[in-house]
Amino acid sequence: MGLLDKEFSDSNIVIAKADDLLNWARLSSLWQLGFGLACCAIEMMATSASHYDFDRFGVIPRPSPRQADIIIISGTVTLKMALRIKRLYEQMPDPKYIISMGSCANCGGPYWEHGYHVLKGIDRVIPVDVYVPGCPPRPEALLEGLLKLQEKIRNESMRKKTA
Amino acid sequence: MKNPEEIVEILKKEFPETKFELINDLLEKIIDTDPLTIHKICNFLRTNEELHFDSLMNLSGVDDANGTKVKDADGTEIINGGTMSVYYHLHSTKLKHKVTLKVSAPRENPEVESVESVWKCADWHEREAYDMYGFKFLNHPDLIRILMPYDWEGYPLRKDYKNPEFYQGMKVPY
Repeated sequence: MGLLDKEFSDSNIVIAKADDLLNWARLSSLWQLGFGLACCAIEMMATSASHYDFDRFGVIPRPSPRQADIIIISGTVTLKMALRIKRLYEQMPDPKYIISMGSCANCGGPYWEHGYHVLKGIDRVIPVDVYVPGCPPRPEALLEGLLKLQEKIRNESMRKKTA
Repeated sequence: MKNPEEIVEILKKEFPETKFELINDLLEKIIDTDPLTIHKICNFLRTNEELHFDSLMNLSGVDDANGTKVKDADGTEIINGGTMSVYYHLHSTKLKHKVTLKVSAPRENPEVESVESVWKCADWHEREAYDMYGFKFLNHPDLIRILMPYDWEGYPLRKDYKNPEFYQGMKVPY
């Protein structure tokens, strides 16, 4: 971070580490795969709408996984859907990030015992960067999750992907 | 308006070969009848001027679990024999009366005639009953699973259903 505090006062040159510049660009325009699953998706849509305004963090929903940087698993993942999510994830270009939103995506939620059709946590299929607890989480919680992810990306290095 | 007793009498007159039994001890009166004639009975109920049941409100399966319960090799309970039932809730939008039908089929081979030819909405209802209980609806145009994946094994809402350990490499239990 801190691109502007290294600015020379009398010219238009900004000096920064390549890592910092890349990370700043990545974390400031996390394009999201427009993808919702269950009641968490309603909260996710509320987060995107004007009151909470996901767009101010550079999160714009994209209709194709080829154009997306981040996928928010917002809801109950059935075994049938898990295979599709895995394919969507594999179609996204690197670098790609995953936020697991809500109890269902984290660990199966209320379906943990009798949900014969529910995947007990999306991390059994794809690697998760940030878990957002709640059932469903409020938009503030999802925003906090996104800020956590931005923090993670800020400390990444080109040599080694950490997030 | 016809009450279930009158409807049973009309049905007995129309289908003398078929058994009709009025179940009286529940919250609502249910007509118990034969699974392999149900499509003819339903067609009659829909087309008859006095009855005019033009709406199939609901079609659902039930696992009666009335067979003998035995312990499996790994200690879980399975059910042998007994019956499974399909319930039909009918409504007449014109005459404003309702009736409930029930057919029971043997658990090992639950064959029921499809009523898809009578009410088109029965198509997906029957697919769901097939998906969850394994009813074989005879003469259904496309009897495939509707909710579970096509390669799923077993029928989840049967009382002796056992959760699989893995599905397509994904662990299923918590």
